[in-house]
Amino acid sequence: MSMNRREFMQVLAAASAGGMALHGNFAQAASAAGQMYELPRFGNVSLLHMTDCHAQLMPIHFREPDVNLGIGDMMGRPPHLVGEKLLKQFGIAPGSAQAHAFTYLDFSQAAKTYGKVGGFAHLTTLVKRMKASRPGALLLDGGDTWQGSGLSLWTKGQDMVDACKLLGVDVMTGHWEFTYGAERVKQIVDGDFAGKIDFVAQNVKTTDFGDQVFPPFVIKPMNGVPVAIIGQAFPYTPIANPRYFTPDWSFGINDESLQEHVDAARAKGAQVVVVLSHNGMDVDIKMASRVRGVDAILGGHTHDGVPAPVIVKNGGGQTLVTNAGSNGKFLGVLDFDVKGGKVSDFRYHLLPVFSNLIQPDADMASLITKMRAPYEAKLNEKLAVTEGLLYRRGNFNGSFDQLILDGLMKMKDAEIAFSPGFRWGTSLLPGDPITMENLLDQTAITYPYTTLTPMTGEFIKTVLEDVCDNLFNPDPYYQQGGDMVRVGGLQYRCDPTARMGSRITAMSLGGKPIEASKTYRVAGWAPVSEEAKNAGGEPIWDLMARYLRDVKTVKPVKLNLPELQGVAGNPGMA
Amino acid sequence: MNTQRREVLKSGSAAGLFGLLVAAGLITTQQAQAAGWDKPAFEAKAMDEALKALGAGKPADSKDVQISGPDIAENGAVVPVGVKSALADTEFIAILIEKNPSMLAASFTLPAGTMADVSTRVKMGQTSNVFALVKAGGSFYMVSKEIKVTLGGCGG
Repeated sequence: MSMNRREFMQVLAAASAGGMALHGNFAQAASAAGQMYELPRFGNVSLLHMTDCHAQLMPIHFREPDVNLGIGDMMGRPPHLVGEKLLKQFGIAPGSAQAHAFTYLDFSQAAKTYGKVGGFAHLTTLVKRMKASRPGALLLDGGDTWQGSGLSLWTKGQDMVDACKLLGVDVMTGHWEFTYGAERVKQIVDGDFAGKIDFVAQNVKTTDFGDQVFPPFVIKPMNGVPVAIIGQAFPYTPIANPRYFTPDWSFGINDESLQEHVDAARAKGAQVVVVLSHNGMDVDIKMASRVRGVDAILGGHTHDGVPAPVIVKNGGGQTLVTNAGSNGKFLGVLDFDVKGGKVSDFRYHLLPVFSNLIQPDADMASLITKMRAPYEAKLNEKLAVTEGLLYRRGNFNGSFDQLILDGLMKMKDAEIAFSPGFRWGTSLLPGDPITMENLLDQTAITYPYTTLTPMTGEFIKTVLEDVCDNLFNPDPYYQQGGDMVRVGGLQYRCDPTARMGSRITAMSLGGKPIEASKTYRVAGWAPVSEEAKNAGGEPIWDLMARYLRDVKTVKPVKLNLPELQGVAGNPGMA
Repeated sequence: MNTQRREVLKSGSAAGLFGLLVAAGLITTQQAQAAGWDKPAFEAKAMDEALKALGAGKPADSKDVQISGPDIAENGAVVPVGVKSALADTEFIAILIEKNPSMLAASFTLPAGTMADVSTRVKMGQTSNVFALVKAGGSFYMVSKEIKVTLGGCGG
């Protein structure tokens, strides 16, 4: 019997869904077939899109969320679909490699079957392959590239800058990049990137006169078609991250000035206009409804691996909105057929980067080895072993965050702990060692100070309400992205559909109601105020390393989750 | 970036800068001395009270008035807010912040022929609706926008 490669993949998927053990066979079988990455060329303009790799140069595991609630108009709309609901929406076979890439389902077992994802050496091979089949294709990087690992923190992003230059990134925008400070960003953009990578951001302006800090857009010719790429940096950088890193720069969504740049690019002859965005997907969808003349918004920030674009109708026609996941796990491929000066059709694929199916690129592999060499011993220090699955993503908590909360409460002798709802951070399988590198994958930031703060019950409620509104405000322009602050010790009830100030109820500690005027000892990390920076505070990775060395074997943790109300049946919840 | 402009301004003290603008004809001394301090309006604690003090009564909604500002403030102490009016004969613009202890944050009296486009920085202690009140051709109009003030942190 002869099967073509597509049929072979379907058989693989069906076999896996039927519970047949594939295990190691998958890699051999599928790489022999080699079909997953065979995308026929379409049209005459192609854009490759990566985003939010968070400095993950090596292949990793990354578990997608089982809670990603959409509220109001966003309920049930991509990206707010998880697990089986996501598979059904996008017609992905359960148990398939694709299902493993896009969902949390049966994660530990599927991760063993399909192996790790991402890695810059593997990504390089895939990019080269796509560029070979799509002459002139551009590689766009949506940002959150220079932060997220020990190596990137210690080299102030230099490892990622060098890797991105070798990878062949053409255009970039940013968010966590700014947490190295304005001076370092300018040094890289005006120095390392000069003549090689365009850093664009229409919404970063000086606080005094509103002058552009970076070019708002670039126009690149591709197969005779002028293509404009407009940058949209993370609008709430100085709010979600410390203001003191970029004191003289103002951000914001600024969709009016975006419209002006779209019109300017069209006036200069651009036949395709795309926005390289770090808004987050809900903000991008709203922005697409308000701005005319954008063919696609290639988005990031919210780390949503969305297999197909959301098509938004607006006054100028339609705009495609995509989001390309995180941690180097995916490469987006957007093909446009441009005829008579405008886009007539498109194809979009979000390719999972399965490290076992792609030969690593030798030059990139050797650059990574060289960059890691001075730090290998430090990165490889084994702190403990985990018995359970450790991951971060999810609206309310993740097992790695719970581990951090447990560590904070123990080491700071606190009754309650807060840990930020970051969406980066890789996953570890049961039985894996926890190395210093793994710990830094969860914690490597430029404001790592741990804190112990006396807080009244009233203030704790204020904090929870404030963060919850940043996640569940029914208007996405008032959201900041990120997930709910992780909470240790304290229990609470949460109704995401309620108004700000009324979402958090029934707060208790050890079975006793929290008292508004009583003061509690609250541990935390990643404070955004300058006072906290000046106060110092042990870096979170040092505190956690001490804790893990002491614990040695991490038992499966029990997640402290709020009791949810008002979201029964929401397809953004498992 | 217009570095020359920045250098020129850096070189002068605040008073010097003001003098420069006057000398450049951007502001007349008469305007600079302002039309007077509207005490009851600036001290009003409630919306109705403030509108009454400004003689506005119940202003109508208008598509020709635009209020601009951030959706989430980067710094509550200096929130940039701007108002533009496309209404003919716009003679007065005020900015009011519902949740501030005193609601009226700024008022502008526009001489005839002035482009009705003003902006300033306001201080906000908490999330609030911000109102732009415009008087044009003898009638009052008002539009609003919510500006959120947050504790920050926890993003990304």
